[in-house]
Amino acid sequence: MCDNCTNIIGTQEQFDALNAVIAKHKGTRGALIPVLHEAQEVYGYLPMEVQREIAEQLEIPLAEVYGVVSFYAQFSINPKGKYRVNVCMGTACYVKGSNDILDEFKQALGIDVGDCTEDGLFSLDACRCIGACGLAPVVTVNDEVFGKLEAEDVEGIVEKFKALEAEA
Amino acid sequence: MIKSTADIAKIRKAKHEDLMIRLDKDAKGTPEGGRMHLMVCAGTGCTSSKSLKIIEDLEARVQKAGLADEVKIVKTGCFGLCAQGPIVMVYPDQTMYTLVTPEDVDEIFESHVVGGVPVARLIAGADDAKAIEEKTDGTDFFGKQMRVALRNCGAIDPECIDEYLARDGYLALEKCITEMEPEDVIDLMKASQLRGRGGAGFPTGVKWGFAASQQQEEKYVCCNADEGDPGAFMDRSVLEGDPHSIIEAMAIAGYAIGASQGYIYVRAEYPIAVQRLSMAIEQAYKYGLLGSDILGKGFKFDLELRLGAGAFVCGEETALMTSVEGKRGEPRPRPPFPAVKGLFGQPTILNNVETYANVPVIILKAAEWFNSIGTEKAKGTKVFAVGGKIRNTGLVEIPMGTTLREIVYEIGGGIPKGKHFKAAQTGGPSGGCIPASEMDTPIDYDNLIALGSMMGSGGLIVMDEDTCMVDLAKFFLEFTVDESCGKCPPCRIGTKRMLEIVTRITEGKGTLEDLDKLEILAKNIKNAALCGLGQTAPNPVLSTMKYFRDEYIAHVVDKKCPAGVCKSMVRFVIFDDTCKRCGICKKNCPTGAITGDREHPFVIDQDKCIKCGVCMEKCPFKSILKNA
Repeated sequence: MCDNCTNIIGTQEQFDALNAVIAKHKGTRGALIPVLHEAQEVYGYLPMEVQREIAEQLEIPLAEVYGVVSFYAQFSINPKGKYRVNVCMGTACYVKGSNDILDEFKQALGIDVGDCTEDGLFSLDACRCIGACGLAPVVTVNDEVFGKLEAEDVEGIVEKFKALEAEA
Repeated sequence: MIKSTADIAKIRKAKHEDLMIRLDKDAKGTPEGGRMHLMVCAGTGCTSSKSLKIIEDLEARVQKAGLADEVKIVKTGCFGLCAQGPIVMVYPDQTMYTLVTPEDVDEIFESHVVGGVPVARLIAGADDAKAIEEKTDGTDFFGKQMRVALRNCGAIDPECIDEYLARDGYLALEKCITEMEPEDVIDLMKASQLRGRGGAGFPTGVKWGFAASQQQEEKYVCCNADEGDPGAFMDRSVLEGDPHSIIEAMAIAGYAIGASQGYIYVRAEYPIAVQRLSMAIEQAYKYGLLGSDILGKGFKFDLELRLGAGAFVCGEETALMTSVEGKRGEPRPRPPFPAVKGLFGQPTILNNVETYANVPVIILKAAEWFNSIGTEKAKGTKVFAVGGKIRNTGLVEIPMGTTLREIVYEIGGGIPKGKHFKAAQTGGPSGGCIPASEMDTPIDYDNLIALGSMMGSGGLIVMDEDTCMVDLAKFFLEFTVDESCGKCPPCRIGTKRMLEIVTRITEGKGTLEDLDKLEILAKNIKNAALCGLGQTAPNPVLSTMKYFRDEYIAHVVDKKCPAGVCKSMVRFVIFDDTCKRCGICKKNCPTGAITGDREHPFVIDQDKCIKCGVCMEKCPFKSILKNA
């Protein structure tokens, strides 16, 4: 037994939610991916302790769990920002200049793709086609969608969320 | 509570009456269904432009005015005209409003709902005469189309099973399990000559036949809703607009091959589709259309949803099944084919969303009807997601054999900003380009392969002269390099090497020898890669080299990018003849690369220039040119 197993991971609430998720799926075939999805919902990402807990409880080797986590792009082992900026890099967006938009975000936030700002506010990712090709080029920030963008619009988007944060 | 066929028939009939006003302009409506329906698109495209707020506001207005029984606000699926969204369709008048904003709600409500007078300024194509040419003419967009797979998208509320029933929903399933033997279903599918809509075009009936002939107890039916091709969103629209058609078709497939369990593997990037599917599955269980004794006829079929996690390779059939099993989604060699040994080692059939969407119609309308549409070797219709440099971005469903010219100019409304058509890209990272010279080729599986492209799932990206074909090839290679699962070396190493060469070319460091190397590498990867991803990964390079070799040569020999996209080759030059020496460019240059003053001509130091293009943008006299 490892020391971590008896410890609570994250807050008590998060830990209870994690256990509930595992209990719900345990026993069904191919349970690992649904469990990882829901665990990521709980924690925002999949830290090693969470992977270990899942491995123990589902009786799957930790190496296999980590193998799955690292294989799929949607699973992250690093924390994401409070505002997750995703620039769509689908073909329709690309031919309409999403590359320039991505560059603009890199400059405006001062981070590279896959990184998170030091204050934990923003993270930047280039994502796969989200299917809103009619609005190309498209950027999502958490669940909000910004379409038909020009590079000049980027600063306004960043400012909008910064202002939101200043209010709160 | 399990409903009998009689119960279902009763619901179907009653709801059909309620929905008559959507089919007949003179229909009066019913007490239950109301006199007017406002259908608002709630697909991903339109919800991104605040259509949910429009729905909310319309509902509030209707409630407040006490009209809730008479006027129904219906959340519906994709109409296809995504570039003009959000779209609101009003029945029985059949008025289509485009580009509606929440600010327009009051006017629509007061003028149209209460006063009976449509709001002219929001009607598609009803602007002043000049603007009509610029805007979409609704008749052209819809006139050439034939909606089979998309039959219910935009016509029903996808969250209401009764509305699906009213459109003959689950009638095909009922027909199969009450009147037909499993062999009859397979024979009918074979006779229809339906081919897989996911890309490869394998005959669906034959696939089902293979699985049916396996003697195992346990078999599976899977649906590939892992629509990963960038620029393709037809599967998403079907799932969002008509989820029950997929459930019905999968149950039919289960009956035909002798399976009692199905899985839908859907992309996690499609939250609305996931939510509507879960809702639809729940409703189908409630009505006894899924479960242990469907319609009381003793047929058992269960259905589960599985979410992808962002891996393009999982669209490949063996990788998808491995992923459903909860593992890394890596493909495996075939044979054994999934019909023999698939999910959990059992016989399995896997079809694409659009393929399934065709099944119930084929069962109800017979194979001959389906056969009469399309070309010699490709029957029926195909949905294309048309995007890129085109006016009417959106979904179109056309009979097989329609030409690219018809899609781009008649349905798509042509290229915006007076630019010219250069090529269309089909099949995403597995496909290739169709140049302007081939625009009149009838589109079907075999013709596209002959052109060096492929149907793929149906993404069709239009490009104009501003697109650099070498850069496009690089874009797709970056995609495949990133998405290669790494299991087989030809794909893992080969595509990486190809990317290195193409990158070199876009940086102006390529040689003619590189072009030969690219071709040899491409052919070897095609022959040696394990799965469809690797085998098709070189296609974007091969097809752009085939049709746009001159652009590659320009990059390699002249060190020029004709489209002005490849940054390292772009040169900005100031023309002294027209330059007024105002100094605006110098002020705006972020690297101080521009020198000059009133007395001395302005020049750009090419070594300091980072090719950002700000100077060209800011010059009031258009004296700075790119690539001159």
